[in-house]
Amino acid sequence: MKKKNLWFALLTMILAAVVLGACGSEDKEKEKDSGKNALDTVKKQDKIVWGVKNDTRLFGLKNPTTGDIEGFDIDMAKALTKEILGDESKAEFKEVTSKTRIPLLQKGDINAIIATMTITEERKKEVDFSDVYFEAGQSLLVKKGSSIKSIDDIKKGTKVLAVKGSTSAVNIREKAPEATVLEFENYAEAFTALKSGQGDTLTTDNAILYGMADEDSNYEVVGDTFTDEPYGIAVKKDSPEFIAEINKALKTLKDNGTYDEIYKKWIKE
Amino acid sequence: MLDFSILTENWDAYLTGFKQTLLVSLLALVGSFALGTFLAILQIAPIKVCNWIGTAYVEFFRNIPLLIIAFFLYTALPTLKIQLDGFQAGTLALIIYTAAFIADAIRAGILAVHKGQSEAARSSGLTYIQTMWYVVLPQAIKIVIPPLGNQFINLVKNSSILTILAAGELMYQADLISSRTFVTFEVYIFVALFYLVITIPLSSAVRYLEQRLARTS
Amino acid sequence: MDIAGALTADHIKFLFKGFLVTLEVAAIAIVLSFIIAVVIGTIRYMKIPVLSQILGAIVEIIRNLPLLLIIFFTFFALPEVGIQMTIMGAAITALTVFEAAMISEIVRSGLNSVEKGQIEAGRSSGLNYIQTLWHIVLPQGLRRMVPPMVSQFISLLKDTSLAVVIALPELMHNAQVINAQNVNYIIPVFVFVALMYWIVNFTLSKVAKRLELKVT
Repeated sequence: MKKKNLWFALLTMILAAVVLGACGSEDKEKEKDSGKNALDTVKKQDKIVWGVKNDTRLFGLKNPTTGDIEGFDIDMAKALTKEILGDESKAEFKEVTSKTRIPLLQKGDINAIIATMTITEERKKEVDFSDVYFEAGQSLLVKKGSSIKSIDDIKKGTKVLAVKGSTSAVNIREKAPEATVLEFENYAEAFTALKSGQGDTLTTDNAILYGMADEDSNYEVVGDTFTDEPYGIAVKKDSPEFIAEINKALKTLKDNGTYDEIYKKWIKE
Repeated sequence: MLDFSILTENWDAYLTGFKQTLLVSLLALVGSFALGTFLAILQIAPIKVCNWIGTAYVEFFRNIPLLIIAFFLYTALPTLKIQLDGFQAGTLALIIYTAAFIADAIRAGILAVHKGQSEAARSSGLTYIQTMWYVVLPQAIKIVIPPLGNQFINLVKNSSILTILAAGELMYQADLISSRTFVTFEVYIFVALFYLVITIPLSSAVRYLEQRLARTS
Repeated sequence: MDIAGALTADHIKFLFKGFLVTLEVAAIAIVLSFIIAVVIGTIRYMKIPVLSQILGAIVEIIRNLPLLLIIFFTFFALPEVGIQMTIMGAAITALTVFEAAMISEIVRSGLNSVEKGQIEAGRSSGLNYIQTLWHIVLPQGLRRMVPPMVSQFISLLKDTSLAVVIALPELMHNAQVINAQNVNYIIPVFVFVALMYWIVNFTLSKVAKRLELKVT
């Protein structure tokens, strides 16, 4: 019976998807990359579609007033686009979450991810990474006056909030196996959960946590970083030309001071 | 073709989620049945204010998304100093939402019981409450079992939204497995099977009861 | 609670923008799922061998799965087997697949409720089977399907909120963006958003009641 169900389920889903796949992909004309070369694709379409966060203050945060996304990642993406295509207005932004960004890249909806994404060996199997553009490390955010001062204070039953699909959720389970880890869809929901008292501490990269503390002064980042989280820009697997171009642009930005300018604008610490 | 190691290696997680889904659904069923019956009685009681309250409740909660109720209980209530965890908030949201549908089903069932019966009961000296409890409700329940069954199936399916509140049920476990293993296809196919194990027998039972009811009436 | 801060003109505009996406996705999914459901429901009513059974099994499985699972599956799992969609496409596809299965059952039982005598009358007056179906059974059946179908459409509209999990910028998503700024916004924003859903759905259900009265 179980086996039969399995077959039915498979058949159903695939059939349904095939039947309906057509109408789904119709609603947006999408430039499929012509060949393997991701660099050619962006040059041909004369724009770079960047996948960015929309809920991460200081890196990528949607401003409900203007509808624009603002942050370090956004300014970096604009500067890189200017280096590669000559004009920063050729940068386009699509909102992604930790969970959706790799699927969207592989689908070709976006050309590159610049979304607080840590370079890991696991992810290298799925995407190509640029050089490190930001050195972050995992840390803890708590309500001011909390008894948690560092990772050592996390005990059995401490509720730690994290985000599905992020490296920090995996790390915290290793570093503090006693903790109860609750995972949410995105940072906004995780932070709202912390503010609603649904957990004792929220863990992710310090860069993101500083943004949250900046947003609500009742919260602070505590303890030293307990991991290294080098952020990289991700592109479709096997795109060495595109990666080379991004790394070249990155180096130019660091050499001519643009990088420092953007860094100072967003990251105060 | 399918990688069964996903199922075997994560069997414990799936099973934990399965139990949690069952628990949430059963609790919510009992809760929404009680609340729904109460609302149905409010709606047909011979007191205007009660009618109004019952109808307002049903018309409001039927027409807004379950997700809003769940988010509201989980993130908004704490600002009023009422703290519910994901499990409690999710289960309560399911109860509040489903009760509106169950109230409707039960009200229809009560109205279907012949009016003459309740009049006879009243004239034989029973109070309104007694008439309801001993004469009308037992008959109405029989009529509403199939729609109640459908609501239970909906409850099981809707309990999946508890994943958004990190409440540890089937869908949440599946999300965690897939973000750990980077596999999605198998993870979701297997979790679908766990849901079908509950819902397919239920819907067969509902269909059977519906047919039997159609024959007897 | 901070009502003034939560419901500024900009925030309300942002919520309405989300609501437009909600309505757009719902409208497309309603039309598509209705068409597919009528086809499937009719095939199952006609009991076309094999095809009818296969569709029956598919409908039974989809009806018994959580919509959220179908959304996750469409967006995260289908790309693994080479079927790729945008966020909007995935949301519409998942909703359409799920609702088409639900509505096809409404269509089938609607058709079944048309008395067999009518079919015989149609046949004996010289119409062939397809003509009888088209001119006699379908119009009568469809009329009876209106009330349950409208409640299903209301469900669909509410269910679009589940697409928040794949970050479709619909009403629920935009509400969460505002809520992320300040906990004191949550209550006013959710009450406002609930009212937006409510007004549309309540109106729909009243229209359905009207239609129902007209039909009977």
